[in-house]
Amino acid sequence: MLKLALRGLFALVLLPLLVLPAAAVTIQEVKSPGGITAWLVEDHTIPLIAMQFAFAGGSTSDPEGKEGAAHFLTGMLDEGAADMDSPTFQARREELAMRLSFDDDQDRFTGNFQTLSRNRDAAFALLKAALTAPHFDAEPMERVRQQFLVSVRDEAKDPGTMASRQWLAMAAPGHAYGRNPHGTEATIQAMTTDDLRATHQRLFTRKGLLISVVGDMDAATLARTLDDVFGALPDTDPPAPPALLTVPEGPMLKVTDMDMPQSIILFGGAGLLRSDKDFIPAYVMNQILGGGGLGSRLSSVVREKKGLTYGIDTGLLPLRRGGLFFGSFSTRNDKAGEAMALVKQELQRMAKDGPTAEELEQARTYLTGSYALRFDSNAKIAGQLLAIQQDNLGIDYINRRNALVEAVTIAQVKEQAQRLLHADKLLVSVVGKPQGL
Amino acid sequence: MTGLRLLFSASAVSLALTLPAQALNVAVSDFRLANGMEVVVIPDHRAPVVTHMVWYRVGAADEQSGKSGLAHFFEHLMFKGTPKHPEGEFNRIVQVNGGDDNAFTGADYTAYFQRVAANRLDAMMALEADRMQNLSLSDEVVNTERNVVLEERRQTTENDPSRLLAEQMSAALYTAHPYGRPVVGWMSEVSKLTGQDAIDFYRAHYTPANAILVVAGDVTPDEVKRLAEKNYGNLKNTFTPTARLRTPEPEPVAARRVAMVDSRAATPSFSRAYLAVSETSDPGLQSEALSVLAEVLGGGSQGRLYKELVVKQKIAAQAGAWYSGSGMDSDTFAVAAAPANNASLTDLEKAIDAEIARIAQDGPTAEEVEKARQRIIDANVYTLDSQFELARQFGAGLAVGLSIDAIKGWDERIARVTADDVKAAAQATLKPERSVTGTLAPKSAN
Repeated sequence: MLKLALRGLFALVLLPLLVLPAAAVTIQEVKSPGGITAWLVEDHTIPLIAMQFAFAGGSTSDPEGKEGAAHFLTGMLDEGAADMDSPTFQARREELAMRLSFDDDQDRFTGNFQTLSRNRDAAFALLKAALTAPHFDAEPMERVRQQFLVSVRDEAKDPGTMASRQWLAMAAPGHAYGRNPHGTEATIQAMTTDDLRATHQRLFTRKGLLISVVGDMDAATLARTLDDVFGALPDTDPPAPPALLTVPEGPMLKVTDMDMPQSIILFGGAGLLRSDKDFIPAYVMNQILGGGGLGSRLSSVVREKKGLTYGIDTGLLPLRRGGLFFGSFSTRNDKAGEAMALVKQELQRMAKDGPTAEELEQARTYLTGSYALRFDSNAKIAGQLLAIQQDNLGIDYINRRNALVEAVTIAQVKEQAQRLLHADKLLVSVVGKPQGL
Repeated sequence: MTGLRLLFSASAVSLALTLPAQALNVAVSDFRLANGMEVVVIPDHRAPVVTHMVWYRVGAADEQSGKSGLAHFFEHLMFKGTPKHPEGEFNRIVQVNGGDDNAFTGADYTAYFQRVAANRLDAMMALEADRMQNLSLSDEVVNTERNVVLEERRQTTENDPSRLLAEQMSAALYTAHPYGRPVVGWMSEVSKLTGQDAIDFYRAHYTPANAILVVAGDVTPDEVKRLAEKNYGNLKNTFTPTARLRTPEPEPVAARRVAMVDSRAATPSFSRAYLAVSETSDPGLQSEALSVLAEVLGGGSQGRLYKELVVKQKIAAQAGAWYSGSGMDSDTFAVAAAPANNASLTDLEKAIDAEIARIAQDGPTAEEVEKARQRIIDANVYTLDSQFELARQFGAGLAVGLSIDAIKGWDERIARVTADDVKAAAQATLKPERSVTGTLAPKSAN
C-alpha cells in the first residue's frame, strides 16, 4: 500500500506544514563570534548530531551550456579535500561513520550531515575540508563523470523522470525552472575542473547560507564550530535568483510514446509562492483534493471506487520564483482517457462547490494533529528547521502554524480552488501509449 | 561520490527488507497477552508520538502454490471495512486523530501501522483489533481492489526492466522454495484471486496468537499493557498457529543465468545473487560473517569491488555487495555493478569473479575485518534516531522467529566475527552452483 512516488521526482518538497505541541521543540538562534547564524534544537537523549545547511542558488544558477554543474559538484566535494586525496578522504569518512551527502534543487544547494557524538570534532573537521578546500582532482573527476553519465542516460529513459521533465518544460518554457537540472550527456562530458571551481565559488557564500542543527550539542560548542566549519567561506553575494515565472495557460498535451503497459500522467498549471498570503488555504484545498494519499477526493474516485490506479496525488510546488500546482498518477494505457476525465470532473467540482464542512473539518484535524509526526527524530527536525528558514517563516512559526490552519474557512478553500483548478486549461504530460486523451 | 544509488533497488533478489536490529541501549520490554499475542514496547520520549504496528506471521512465502500475491492483495483488503467501521471509516478515524497509516507485505510477514500522537494510541488499537477479526468483504470491493493491485504491479514492476529482471532472477534462484515468487504476485495469478481466496486466507492466518504488537514512542510498558489488554486481550483465537513449513529448497547443483534485453533499459548492468543462510536459519555465526563479507567486498567506497573495479581498473561506474540476512528460511548474498568507459558486461563479470575467488581463497585481512565490523556497528547507531525503524526491526525480527535477545545481540555477534569466519562463509556461499547471474542490456537501435 505504499503510495505513488512520482512527486519525489521534482526533488523538491513543499514545506510540510507541521506543528507540534509547542513545548516539544525549543529552538535557539545561535550566532557565532564570526557572525554565522544557525538554529539549534539541543537534545542529549541519543549520542547523535544532525546538521543540515543550504546555500542559495541551485541548478538554476548553472550557466547556459553548463547545465548540471551544481549537480556534478554534489558528487565531487568528498573526493579529496585539504591535505587528503580522494582515497584518504573516503577512508576517513567511513572510519568516522559520518553521514555526509549533498544535493541540489532548482533554488539551492543543500548538505546533510550526521555524526556520532564521540566523533564530533573529527567529523566536523572533515566537513570543513569538503566545504572549503575541495580538490576536484582529475582522477576522481573522471570517475565521477562516468557515474553521472550512467545516471543521466538512465534518467533520460526513465518514464517517471521523462514525464516530470516534460511537464516542467511545458510549465516553464524558456525559464531556468524548465531546464533539466542534471544536465545532458554533452554537458557532463564537457564539464571541467574550472567549471566546478566556478560553481563552488558562486554557490558557497556565507551570505546565502542557512544552517540547522539538532541533537547532542550545546550552543557554545555550536557557535565555535560554525566559525570553524564555515568561517573561511567568502562573504560574497549568492547568485541572483531567476526571473519570476509565468506559467503558460493550457490546454496543452504532450505525449512521449513509450512501449509500456501503463501511461504515467502529470497534470497541472500555475500554483502560488510560499509567501502568498493565501498559501495555507490553498494547502488545505490541496489536502482535500489530492493530498496525503488515501481518502482524498481524487484517490476516492480514481483508486478506491474505480480501481484505475495504484495512487494519485496532487501537490503545491512553491519554488522561490514561481509557484506550481500539479498531480500525477499511472494507469493502464486503455484507461488513460477515462481516468483523466474523472480527474477533470473532480477539479471542476471542487472549483464550483468548494469543500463540504465535514471535509474541511477532517482536513484541519488531520493537518494540525499530524504536525508532531514531523518532529520525532533529530534528522527530521533539522530538515524542518531548514525549510522554515528557507521560506522565511520566522523562528516562532512552529507555534503559530496550527492556528493558521484552524482559521481556514470554506469560502477561502473555494476561492483557492477557483484560482488554481482549471480543468479545461491543464498542462498534461504523458509517457506511455495512452488511449482516449 | 560513492554508493549514491543502489543499482537494482538494493539487491536484485532481496526478498525481505530487514537488517536484524541491534538494540544498543534501548530498554525493550516484551510480554504476551493471555491469548498468545506477543507485545513489544520500545520507549522513546523525545517527541509526544507513537508508532503502533501489528505484525502477522504470514507473508507471500506462506501462500498456496498458484495463489501468488494473495498475502499482499489481502493486506489491501484489510482497509475495506468491518460492520462497526464500514469502508472509508478506518482511514477517516486515523486522519481525524492526526495519524498517518499504511501497511506492507514481505515474503515472511505482513504488517500494519499507524503513527499518531501518543494520547491517541487507544483509538488505533481499537481499530486494529476490530479488523483482526471482523473484516467484511463484498465482491464489488474485492473486484475493484484487485484492479488497484494489478495497477500497482504494472507501476512498480512491469514499467521497470530492472525490476522485471530482479523478479526473473528470484524465480531462477529458487527451484522449489516459495521465495522464488514475487510478493506482489504473478499477473496471471493475481488476476484470478477471488473474495473466497481472501476470506480463506484471513481465517487461516489472522488471529491474536499469530500476531505481534509493537509500540514505539512516548509510552510506558505499563500503559501499553493496559491498553493492549483492553483492546486485544479479549479477542479469542479462531485457530492455533502451527509451524510455518515451506517447501524446502534442494541443495543447488547448477549455476543459472538470466539475460534480459529491453528497449527501455538505457544502460547495461550486471548482478548476481547467491543462495545464503539467514539469521534465523543459521545457528552459528555464518550469517554475521556474511554481513562482514558484504562490507569488506562491497561496502561503499571502502569495499574491494569499488576500489578494484571503479577506482583502479575504471571499468565500472558503481560496484557493491549486499546481504541482509533477514529471511526466515534462507537469504541471498548479492553483488552488482554497472560498466563505465565502454567496458563490457563480460569484463565486469571477469573482474568480479576474480575478486570473489580471491576472497574465498585467501579471506579478508584482519584489518579489513576490524574496520568493517566497526562500520557496521557504528552505522547501526543511527537507527536510534528513528522510532519507526526501531519498531520495524523488532517486528520483522520476531516475525521471522528471532528472539528479542537475538535481535538485541546482533552487534555483539558482529563484533566476534573473525577473518577465518568470513573466509569460511565466503567459501560456503560464493559457489557458482549456488548462484544466478543476471544481465540487463539495452536493445540496440539498429
